[in-house]
Amino acid sequence: MTVLIILLVVAAVVVIFFVSNYNSLVRFRNQVKNAWSQIDVQLKRRHDLIPNLIETVKGYMTHEKETLENITRARSEAMKASSGSVGDVAKAESSLSGAMGQFYVVVENYPDLKANENFLSLQEELTSTENKISFSRQNYNDQVLFYNNKIEMFPSNIIAGMFNFTKDEFFEVKTEAERQAPKVQF
Amino acid sequence: MWQIIQSNKRKSVLLFILIGIVLLALGALVGASFFGEGGFIIGLSFALILWTILSSVSYFSGSKLLLKISNATEVSKNVHPQLFNVVEEMTIAAGLPKMPKVYIINDQAPNAFATGRDPSNCAVAITAGLLTQLNRDELQGVIAHEIAHIKNRDILFMTFAGVMLGSIVLISQIFLRGMWFTGGGGRYKSRDSGGGQAQMIIMIVAIVFAILSPILTQMLYFAISRRREYLADASGARFTRYPEGLASALEKLSQNKYTLKSANKVTAGLFIVNPLNKKGMKLSDLTSTHPPISERIKILRNMNNGAGYNDYQLAFNKVKNKSSAIIPSSEIKKAERISKREGSADDKTMSKKKTQRELGDLMMNVNGYVFLACVCGLKLKFPPGFKEPQVKCPKCGREHKVPLAELAAVTGAINEGVKK
Repeated sequence: MTVLIILLVVAAVVVIFFVSNYNSLVRFRNQVKNAWSQIDVQLKRRHDLIPNLIETVKGYMTHEKETLENITRARSEAMKASSGSVGDVAKAESSLSGAMGQFYVVVENYPDLKANENFLSLQEELTSTENKISFSRQNYNDQVLFYNNKIEMFPSNIIAGMFNFTKDEFFEVKTEAERQAPKVQF
Repeated sequence: MWQIIQSNKRKSVLLFILIGIVLLALGALVGASFFGEGGFIIGLSFALILWTILSSVSYFSGSKLLLKISNATEVSKNVHPQLFNVVEEMTIAAGLPKMPKVYIINDQAPNAFATGRDPSNCAVAITAGLLTQLNRDELQGVIAHEIAHIKNRDILFMTFAGVMLGSIVLISQIFLRGMWFTGGGGRYKSRDSGGGQAQMIIMIVAIVFAILSPILTQMLYFAISRRREYLADASGARFTRYPEGLASALEKLSQNKYTLKSANKVTAGLFIVNPLNKKGMKLSDLTSTHPPISERIKILRNMNNGAGYNDYQLAFNKVKNKSSAIIPSSEIKKAERISKREGSADDKTMSKKKTQRELGDLMMNVNGYVFLACVCGLKLKFPPGFKEPQVKCPKCGREHKVPLAELAAVTGAINEGVKK
């Protein structure tokens, strides 16, 4: 009788251990997903804003064809990468940010453009979107760190191995331009 | 962060009880001095009922009340897109579950505050005057400070304290004025000839307490709220990763020469800088809700190595020349590296005339005016309820179609806001 009770208690402890660890792994994974979708919304918003921007500035910036083409190219590349891995997205978005940075430098030479209300409101939206990207990136990386730690640490690593929880990638910025937060000039 | 939130919640409960005791004591004494010994219970129960009502009012609609007193209007994104964007950015940076409602106060004195019950039911309010003076980085700093109050659970405390303080001031005012008119002891004193002496003593105690209790409550409130201001500055710097933004906004706030019309002793604690302070006055007295601005600016500018909590604490120690813990030790221990970012080059050095014009436009916008730019450069402004379908530009004579649909939409939105 006592042996049976002991066995039952041990079994219960093992079950509780499994369930709680599994659940917290799932929770962490969902938090990472949620954080990623927040970044994703902002990235999409940036992709949507850029054609409008190009359309608005085209008439003014006749001598900057190359800069504008660079942006368009980087944008379509970033859109292509958006279904890929986090690393690919990060790389493509970094080069888009770089192209945008170039653009902001050039804008300085066009005082007429800087007085255009339509351009100013687009500029505000883009600045804000870039800020939102960088703030939500911080949040995403924090969540990934929690999740990856959980996967690596004992004893949850046993459960993670059994149920195939894999580590997530950080959203890292590669270029020097992105490492400093967007520097907007107008 | 958890530790900060917990300690703030604890302090809110403490304040809740302490103010309750002050209120009950005041009620009992006032009752006793008017109705004799039996009045002790009458006054006490009256105060108890009042306390219950006030607590529930400040919990469920304290923020609405304070916003109303402050003359704030809820606005939508089209009134000021940049303000909305900045609030959204800081919501993300602070990790709030929901974006707070945005209010603009129709006043040219620069100031801002946050109010609400918890991070899902909250609002930030900013005066039109401040909005037109700040550039993007500074606005971000101010909003980050307010969002930090929401994140650190300061807002319930501040809203609650504001409502409670208001009612204690009210009761003692009523009592003192009542004393003035009835000429002292009240009608019941003469009947009870034996207790006359005791009655007199209670009377005097009641008067003294009625005079002191608003001051006492205020001091209680301020004792706890100063540290919150430093903490909100620290969080603000961390959220924006740019301490200079908040520092230079505070600098502009300190050079203010207007007084906020709708602010009073009750709501003063809510604002980012003391709204009752006039230029040149020193804020270093005991009853000040806020630490001196110059000191707050100095601390922010001394954050040389980064924008994290530990950087703020180091700068604080350096400026104050002592080490009192502003930031809870759990946050310091983490010693996270939060590097500062560079400021944007958006400087807003407008002429005085232009600032005034922008301020006027903003106020009109808040009140439901719709603008239409004419090709000649003139801005046509239509008041809410404008009916004519066509209008001529007064400068160049071009015909314009009045944006009636837009006008109706804006007016509708404002009316709905009023109904709410």
